[in-house]
Amino acid sequence: MHNFDLVKPSSVAEAVAALGSEGAQALSGGQTLLPSMKQRLAAPERLVSLTDIAEMKGVCRGEEGLVVGAATPHGVVAREAKAHYPALAWLAGEIGDPSVRARGTIGGSLANNDPAACYPAAALASGATIVTDRREIAAGDFFQGLFTTALEEGEIVTSVRFPLPERAAYMKFAQPASRFALVGVFVAQFADGVRVAVTGAGEDGVFRWTEAEGALSADFRPEAVEGLSLSAEGLLGDLHGTPAYRAHLVKVLTKRAVAAA
Amino acid sequence: MPKDGGIGASTLRREDIRFLTGKGRYTADISLRGQAHACFLRSEVAHGRIRSIDTSAAEEMPGVLAVLTGEDFTEVGGNPTGWLVQSRNGATMKEPKRPVLAHGKVRHVGDAYAMVVAETYEQAKDACEAIEADIEELPAIVDMAQAVADSSNRVHDEIEDNVVFDWGWIEENRAAVDAAFETAPHVTTLELVNNRLSPNAMEPRASIGDFDSGTGDYKLYTTSQNPHLTRLLISAFVMGIPENKLTVIAPDVGGGFGSKIYHYGEEAAVLAASKRLNRPVKWVCDRSEAFLSDAHGRDHVTKIQLATDREGNFLALRTETLANMGAYLSNFATCTPTFLHGTLMAGPYRTPLVYVNVKAVLTNTVPVDAYRGAGRPEATYSLERVIDKAADELGIDPWEIRRRNFIDPGAFPYTTPVGLVYDTGNYHATMDKLRELSDVAGFEARAEESRQRGKLRGFGLSTWIEACGIAPSNLVGVLGCRVGLYDAATIRVNATGNISVLVGAHSHGQGHETVFAQLIAEKLGVDANSVEIVHGDTSKIPFGMGTYGSRSLAVCGSAMMKAADKIIDKGKKIAAHMLEAAEGDIEFTDGSFSVAGTDRQKSFAEIAFSAYVPHNYPLETLEPGLEETAFYDPANFTYPAGAYGCEVEVDPETGGVDIVRFTCADDFGNVINPMIVQGQVHGGVAQGIGQALLEGVVYNEDGQLLTGSYMDYAMPRADDVPSFTVDHSCVTPCTHNPLGAKGCGEAGAIGTPPAVVNAVVDALRRAGHDHITHIDMPLTPSRVWTAMQG
Amino acid sequence: MKVTMTVNGRPMSAETEGRTLLSSFLREGLGLTGTHVGCDTTQCGACTVHVDGEPVKSCTVLAQDVAGKSVTTIEGMANKDGSLSVIQQAFQDHHGLQCGFCTPGMVMISAALLNEKPNPTEEEVRHYLKGNICRCTGYHNIVKAVMAAAGADSRKLAAE
Repeated sequence: MHNFDLVKPSSVAEAVAALGSEGAQALSGGQTLLPSMKQRLAAPERLVSLTDIAEMKGVCRGEEGLVVGAATPHGVVAREAKAHYPALAWLAGEIGDPSVRARGTIGGSLANNDPAACYPAAALASGATIVTDRREIAAGDFFQGLFTTALEEGEIVTSVRFPLPERAAYMKFAQPASRFALVGVFVAQFADGVRVAVTGAGEDGVFRWTEAEGALSADFRPEAVEGLSLSAEGLLGDLHGTPAYRAHLVKVLTKRAVAAA
Repeated sequence: MPKDGGIGASTLRREDIRFLTGKGRYTADISLRGQAHACFLRSEVAHGRIRSIDTSAAEEMPGVLAVLTGEDFTEVGGNPTGWLVQSRNGATMKEPKRPVLAHGKVRHVGDAYAMVVAETYEQAKDACEAIEADIEELPAIVDMAQAVADSSNRVHDEIEDNVVFDWGWIEENRAAVDAAFETAPHVTTLELVNNRLSPNAMEPRASIGDFDSGTGDYKLYTTSQNPHLTRLLISAFVMGIPENKLTVIAPDVGGGFGSKIYHYGEEAAVLAASKRLNRPVKWVCDRSEAFLSDAHGRDHVTKIQLATDREGNFLALRTETLANMGAYLSNFATCTPTFLHGTLMAGPYRTPLVYVNVKAVLTNTVPVDAYRGAGRPEATYSLERVIDKAADELGIDPWEIRRRNFIDPGAFPYTTPVGLVYDTGNYHATMDKLRELSDVAGFEARAEESRQRGKLRGFGLSTWIEACGIAPSNLVGVLGCRVGLYDAATIRVNATGNISVLVGAHSHGQGHETVFAQLIAEKLGVDANSVEIVHGDTSKIPFGMGTYGSRSLAVCGSAMMKAADKIIDKGKKIAAHMLEAAEGDIEFTDGSFSVAGTDRQKSFAEIAFSAYVPHNYPLETLEPGLEETAFYDPANFTYPAGAYGCEVEVDPETGGVDIVRFTCADDFGNVINPMIVQGQVHGGVAQGIGQALLEGVVYNEDGQLLTGSYMDYAMPRADDVPSFTVDHSCVTPCTHNPLGAKGCGEAGAIGTPPAVVNAVVDALRRAGHDHITHIDMPLTPSRVWTAMQG
Repeated sequence: MKVTMTVNGRPMSAETEGRTLLSSFLREGLGLTGTHVGCDTTQCGACTVHVDGEPVKSCTVLAQDVAGKSVTTIEGMANKDGSLSVIQQAFQDHHGLQCGFCTPGMVMISAALLNEKPNPTEEEVRHYLKGNICRCTGYHNIVKAVMAAAGADSRKLAAE
């Protein structure tokens, strides 16, 4: 990779200041950024490591739900969210592999918004709030297409607040090579309705399957989505699956998630 | 009971200690004083004419020591192919030039056309980005059928139809085969693709060139399965360095599976750069580069037809195959789809008439060569798939149709209609053993239990045979091989009685350091711990042809036995002298030399000591020293065979396939170390499962590689495969080598793919998907689901 | 920039650039070449080491980012007297390695598993090891070795 300077701030304020310089980029767990830098697809001049910022770490049950520090690795979420939000914990525990989970973080995953990443589905289905150094962004506004988010230049995610659903489950069908989600469906039932978020399938990244949400809000059983079919239009197609296959999987996984919730 | 550390014992591997403690020494681990680092600039287009390469900016970059291009290698030769195959019209095949660095044209994405050497790797890589190459992009030739049809677009300008050869085997039989098809009561036809694979040894290739200007000696450390062959190619063909001025060292090598048999341009390039700079030059491939430059495997498109009578007796078989060569002919590329494929088309069956046609086609893709199994997996897959289809069409049980056509155990030696003579075998025995281990009776209950969980269970059977122990030089010479395929071993008994065995085979996972010591321990009656196996260094070892084609034990092991016989003969001479007896009266048993019928004896150690402290020797008749070399050239191939059974569960909602049982019953002849043999089968089976379900190299129509990393090329992982049941209790010892050994390294990769595909097709057809008769590998969830949609 | 960390129990230092990966720091900076690099996409796991007790892929961690931390590599896995540790011995006893290239990573990830879960099932072992690729063994004997190291009766795994 091209060379760069690494700085390691110990507070959010320091990190934001460091990110103000030309060519600076935030580095969280680095499990996506570093491989892409090795391929020389990214060449920041300065990397600002967020791994030593204590205030960005940890899982904490608050009044408005579960607050996960943005620099919390997946493995920690898998362990510590289990008692509060098992579906989220299970999702975190299925990302990558144990070594990737020891480094990769929720903030890094959300900020990257890979169309096949798992966390965006949890955030969108939970109606999570993405908290940054300067504002709060509803998940529905945060994800803005492939590898694109509402984050401004130099803005960093500091934590994510998950409202706790009554029931929820995540189903992931892994792409055989990368083990990212070929399709992942997160179903969450709240008092005011059901939210279904789909990752891995959309050309524009994570999206909500509103038709299923309506059906499941009326009747939270797998059978409720039986008659629905998701259009393959706007879905990803690649050597691992056609848009039609992905559309089909969305429905299968939605049913399975409802059954498991 | 085998003796501890002797033949038949599952002796633990001595090499494990260094690998388990981080003390293995792979090429990338070696740092020579003053070494510089190389990086190769590789083509981003599949096909292009090099108009100019401007290296001036790169040369000015920090740390850069040299920039080399194809121009720097116009004076040296190219990398040749090892086999000249004749077309069926008698014409010799066309052999395009393969330069060290691309010259004139780039012919595949990843074709290296420049090399930068710098103080650090990153500097070299930075400088590669500063090279300005003007390359006129030409239309990519990717699809084989199109390559053959369109002679206006050529991978090599001098080869007009992109066809290297059009091979018929055996051409004289063609008319008879066609006639049999005319009159056959039933003909089963299947068109299939044997998917292109990337070998993916976990250690990426690496090479260090080290020229000594004081002596003029070259040393090459490299990731090779056969250092002598690499030396021979570099010396005789590529660079003209005298063989005695070039040492090739293949230290610990992290797996090969075929991909490290071949000589690659990077090896010559680091040697040339080292000479130019008078410094060692090191290159370590990264995985992305490996996908673009390591020889790929398989990639056949085949139409196979089987003619039978109504009872399922095989009457004739014919195949037409397009075999992808890629952009250049790699060293074994031409023999893989021919003599390692066509000659196996009889399988373990009595089919009286067989004709095989193979066209070898050049495309703008990475060169294709032998990968674990090499040709034999392709043959076995075609055959075992068409047999299952025929059984289905004729309403005959898959076990029964095979049993009906097996070569009878009493029929050996058996001459096949495709030019081989099987020396021994018992295909009924291995299939019966498989049946016993597969719990066929319990299948319906298991299938029902799967149904309860919404899964479709299927069973797939395959049998396999291969010709390995490669190879009789006389035979391969007739077939166009440019080298001999013997192997060699030197046994050096040291004065203190311990033994160094210098072997031509190279160990890169096979456990030779342990197994070969077992052989010598048994043969010479010494403690295995006193035997050291030396391999992988051309300056230490007399000669050798390396490790591939399941040959190490059958060929190099036999050379060791021959050398050991010479040691015993010499020991007898020494003992006769020491014991004052006639040489003919000396017997050698359990490590001691004795005078027949007496208790007078000398231990092996005493004989060894005397050989090096030859006081009172009759020097006219007895030479001091105890060191012997033997070359062993096999009289025939060896023919291991077996039967594999696979049980799968298909998820009808997703198309996902789970392998729930996998059972192997193999006949490897005599086995030296069962633990290691079983490990070889496990690994081969996993690679076979990889081919069947997961792996496939995919190019788009522009010749861009879509599976260029583990993000898209699916390697079998721990949770993709089950534990396996493997059995090798059926033994028909090889009749023509001293060990009775046949070889086991490739078996799993050969027998597995058809068993898996047969199982998936069986599961789907049992569930009523009658329209499905075949799905091409890899059987990804997406492909299986799509097939189910009709 | 000079980076110091505790490697296999001893403080060790080497010069680094910002881009120096932990794997390069160990291999080139410290000469600990037991940690191998088998891919460039954080998939194969040959480079697995422990940082503060947790497994990481050292090819995807910056050396400067883990300065001051405690790192364990394959070179630090044997017993103090140099004999093989329980996990290493299990790999030898059950032929859990062939070419040896993925082996350091396999040993490190297996050790992490057994720290986290001393008595895993076969399925749990396979699941935990999925980020470490082996091309030689088909995983059969690796799984067996890990089970044996955990004290399980490995004969129950599959008939041979």
